[in-house]
Amino acid sequence: MQRRAERNFPGEGTMEAIILQILNGLDKGSAYALIALGLTLIFGTLGVVNFAHGALFMIGAFCAVTMQRILNLSFEQVDPSRTDFLGNPLKVQVPYIESWFGPETGGALLDWSVPLSIFLAIPVMIGLGYAMERGLIKHFYKRPHADQILVTFGLAIVLQEIIKYFFGANPIQVAAPSVFSGSFDFGAILGFDPNVIIYPYWRMVYFLFSLAIIGAVFSFLQFTTFGMVVRAGMADRETVGLLGINIDRRFTVMFGLAAAVAGLAGVMYTPILAPNYHMGMDFLVLSFVVVVVGGMGSLPGAVLAGFLLGILQSFASMNEIKSIIPGIDQVIIYLIAIIILLTRPRGLMGRKGVMED
Amino acid sequence: MTNSYLTRRGVLKTGAVAGAGVALPTIFTAGRASAFTNEPMGGTVKLGFNVPQTGPYAEEGLDELRAQELAVEHLNGMGDGGMLNTFSSKALDGTGILGKKVEFVTGDTQTKSDAARASAKSMIEKDGVVMINGGSSSGVAVAVQGLCQEAGIIFMAGLTHSNDTTGKDRKRNGFRHFFNAYMSGAALAPVLEKAYGNDRRAYHLTADYTWGYTQQESIQASTEALGWETANNVLTPVGAGDFSSYIAPVLNAGVDVLVLNHYGGDMVNSLTQAVQFGLRDKQVNGKNFEIVVPLYSELMAEGAGANIKGVYGSMNWNWQLQDEGTKAFVKSFGEKYGRPPSNSAHTCYVQVLLYADAVARAGSFNPCAVVEALEGFEFDGMGNGPTTYRAEDHQCFKDVLVMKGAENPTTQFDVLEVVEVTPRAQVEYAPEHPMFGGAEATLGECNSGA
Repeated sequence: MQRRAERNFPGEGTMEAIILQILNGLDKGSAYALIALGLTLIFGTLGVVNFAHGALFMIGAFCAVTMQRILNLSFEQVDPSRTDFLGNPLKVQVPYIESWFGPETGGALLDWSVPLSIFLAIPVMIGLGYAMERGLIKHFYKRPHADQILVTFGLAIVLQEIIKYFFGANPIQVAAPSVFSGSFDFGAILGFDPNVIIYPYWRMVYFLFSLAIIGAVFSFLQFTTFGMVVRAGMADRETVGLLGINIDRRFTVMFGLAAAVAGLAGVMYTPILAPNYHMGMDFLVLSFVVVVVGGMGSLPGAVLAGFLLGILQSFASMNEIKSIIPGIDQVIIYLIAIIILLTRPRGLMGRKGVMED
Repeated sequence: MTNSYLTRRGVLKTGAVAGAGVALPTIFTAGRASAFTNEPMGGTVKLGFNVPQTGPYAEEGLDELRAQELAVEHLNGMGDGGMLNTFSSKALDGTGILGKKVEFVTGDTQTKSDAARASAKSMIEKDGVVMINGGSSSGVAVAVQGLCQEAGIIFMAGLTHSNDTTGKDRKRNGFRHFFNAYMSGAALAPVLEKAYGNDRRAYHLTADYTWGYTQQESIQASTEALGWETANNVLTPVGAGDFSSYIAPVLNAGVDVLVLNHYGGDMVNSLTQAVQFGLRDKQVNGKNFEIVVPLYSELMAEGAGANIKGVYGSMNWNWQLQDEGTKAFVKSFGEKYGRPPSNSAHTCYVQVLLYADAVARAGSFNPCAVVEALEGFEFDGMGNGPTTYRAEDHQCFKDVLVMKGAENPTTQFDVLEVVEVTPRAQVEYAPEHPMFGGAEATLGECNSGA
């Protein structure tokens, strides 16, 4: 303890700081990668620039909030021994599940509400994605990109306002299961002093979760017949259609899948960032930069760029960097985008011919 | 087959005649000399409530609006009268203001300076309001205060905590009942000293706008006076969401206190993330690591949940106080809305009553008469003990609350507990204090718009 207080000279502790910021970038990068993955899927298959994708992430997060509300549905019980702020007998809210399953099982269900929300989010997001594609976006395939951007952007605002109407404007806390509430002493494993490199458990869970989702999406596209057809359709839609395959139906499914990926990214992100109705917009802009940096239409590019930009953003927030270039933390992503586009106009892993016709 | 005789020329002619007809009354009335902007002529007077109804502070705005509606009810003699019964001045009698029934219009600030100015301008020009009240951001308050000064109406600020509002940006037509960043620092410092000692190294994370700067400056000055050291101050973008990359460096900075100069959703997120990173379980320099949140609000405390336990902060007012004024207000607000009022609701409610009372005492809606009635006005019974509206800078001086996150809250409403009511003498400062624009800061002249 004493020793650490004395070291003030620069240089020492840098390694710890670097490891810490890489870890930090991983969870943010995971969210960027998942959103960008969905964006790229939609762009690659349907050729639509979906500005409502951030809103899908936000709605996913609110699936977790809804799940929490559902589990917390309660009836009122008057507790005559206590009084409320007006001096009347206090009405205590008792969740139904606690009265049905007993306080222990009920409490455990409440505790695990975020992981449980996955089961709510998957059908909701696929349904929403399907409805969006069939109900609205379908009519814009033949229209210019500008129209598609306007309609999806408008849709995003409508979805936001609906969420705000039901859930209010304040961020709503959703807690991770208490098993994951602490933090993990990473430094102790790597041989640093204890308590120097600390990383919350849930962020690690999020990182692993996103790797699993990314892996699942890639293997779905790579190893299933459905995925093969979709990849073929991405490469040459017309020819696949001429072979007698109904590519539109498959693309609709892909839209639902992309929506589900964004939604799951949102569900699991809630313990990291208390969801509010405009969180989608904050992520949307960055995710577009991620897509552009990664290369339009390239799925591995989107994932790579997501993690890269997440980590770079973390580094740019360090005091040492901020003291050299003030405000760099707020522009770093765009700066990188400019550099990449100047040196590699198609992005890191962009293919020739995408959006170049 | 119908024949409609609609010709382009005919339509133009009719339009011109109709337009002239509509404009006619204003052509005659506009010339008539009015004594001041929006002088109320009929049996009613209109107040403008400019609060965030959309955007990140919408919940606070909603609570302000509830309180403002309640104040109007009480002024018009409806309901139980609330604080009118405990207010030391007895100029108001529940028959409106100067016998005119009080009406109100609302605007949406969206917590953006330009939107707030636009909605205030529309309420002044279209609705003819004589006073504007409300708001939940210092950026907005400074902008709207400037506009009201130019337009010649009174601005009764809502929740604004930056020193600048009654410091370098003070205006003759603007008044602030809410406390400020300097007062937070002065009230918190002795409590922090008692709880955490004199030998501390603090790390500040600060919201990157006017309120954050003055808040940080104030708390730094008052804690350094205790002997604390300020290791670092990092500016964070408003609405950053994930603050982890700003919080992670704190782990290795060799500091033992983190001061979060954040408000609203930013505070909820940065505090939660700081707790997730284990800062509160940490030991540094042989001491327990501590977190301080200089400005609290009930709505945000509710959002931060259990993370707030034991964390110190300050507030303008809290519903748990036990004076008669507070009890009367909490009762009428609670019975109407089923929840206790927040401190932003309180300040807006009080501001509306103070304005109405000043008009009643002045016997006129003329802004310059109202300014005169409010300057140096001493009152009591409004929940903060004896209070003065200082003439030099239009800042209210009263007791300030030091709060702490409750260890065992029983409901969602008592997540904060009052640690200390800091006496007013301890948070007073000279009007020309350097943090408040120094000697150059002046109120300027009163503007009635005449």
